[in-house]
Amino acid sequence: MTQAIMSIVVMAVVTYLVRMLPLVLFTKKIENQTVKSFLAYVPCVVLATMTFPAIFSCTSHWLSGVIGASVAIFFGYQKRSLVEVAIIAVVTVFIVERFI
Amino acid sequence: MKKEYLQGLHDGIPVAIGYLSVSFAFGMMVQQGGYSPWLALFISMTNVTSAGQFAGFNLMMQMAPYIEIAMTTLIINLRYALMSLSLTQKFDEKMNRIKRAICAYGVTDEIFALAMQRDGSVTMSYFMGLFTLPYIGWATGTFLGAWFSGLLPDAIASCMNIALYAMFIAIILPQARAEKNKRIAIVLAVICSCIATYLPISSGWAIIGITIMVSLFMAIYFPIQEDEV
Repeated sequence: MTQAIMSIVVMAVVTYLVRMLPLVLFTKKIENQTVKSFLAYVPCVVLATMTFPAIFSCTSHWLSGVIGASVAIFFGYQKRSLVEVAIIAVVTVFIVERFI
Repeated sequence: MKKEYLQGLHDGIPVAIGYLSVSFAFGMMVQQGGYSPWLALFISMTNVTSAGQFAGFNLMMQMAPYIEIAMTTLIINLRYALMSLSLTQKFDEKMNRIKRAICAYGVTDEIFALAMQRDGSVTMSYFMGLFTLPYIGWATGTFLGAWFSGLLPDAIASCMNIALYAMFIAIILPQARAEKNKRIAIVLAVICSCIATYLPISSGWAIIGITIMVSLFMAIYFPIQEDEV
């Protein structure tokens, strides 16, 4: 049990430091255009990287993943809200998996 | 202040719902590993990360050395450092270091994405508002998952997995539609990410490597103009 608690503490401390250090060390507004552009690109690049191709294999069958992703892309492009897109994707996957 | 907090609470609702279902799966996993729901709750409340705590928990069950657990957690979660770095530019300039250190606890993929979406700068009240319900959802879902393990049919658990990814798509596509540069960046990222699955590197390293390479490439060759940043 002590081993379990210690492991969790190690995980928690490492995770917190990773989040905290950049925020505390860099408090000034950055002026350099390239650095600013870099940081502006990070959000969409990191989200795209995490989503693809993982979204295709997160369901119990690849086909439901592909169809669910296509539906999410379609409605996401239509600028529908986050909740709407999430719910539509979940329902689509559920329906498709009834037929597989 | 209060208005900002309430706005944050409101904006965090979809993430809270997503977290509730994802953490439910985590709770089930901990319970099946032979640990108590309280331990599951402890992990979720102290770590607040999805992939990081799934991987860390697996190592913990195998009695892996602490250094290995630390390194794995570091690699999988290093992307948070990039997110925090982006957030330094988004946070209200008046926010002091102590407040920043408190907000740091709430930096997750989804909270980060929502905070960056907000017009203008982000205050501590708004950020903590964003974080509140997802944190409760993450903790509650974990506990319930461990408590009622097996109650949620696999058929439903499977389709819940897509919820957070679908949300990411809903965040990046409107940006892709509005800005050509973002469109190029996203296409590049997706191509690299698909190629990376065939390389012998962990997904944690792949995410960090691709994010740095693609963002750097775009920043150098397609810098974003002053007023757009």
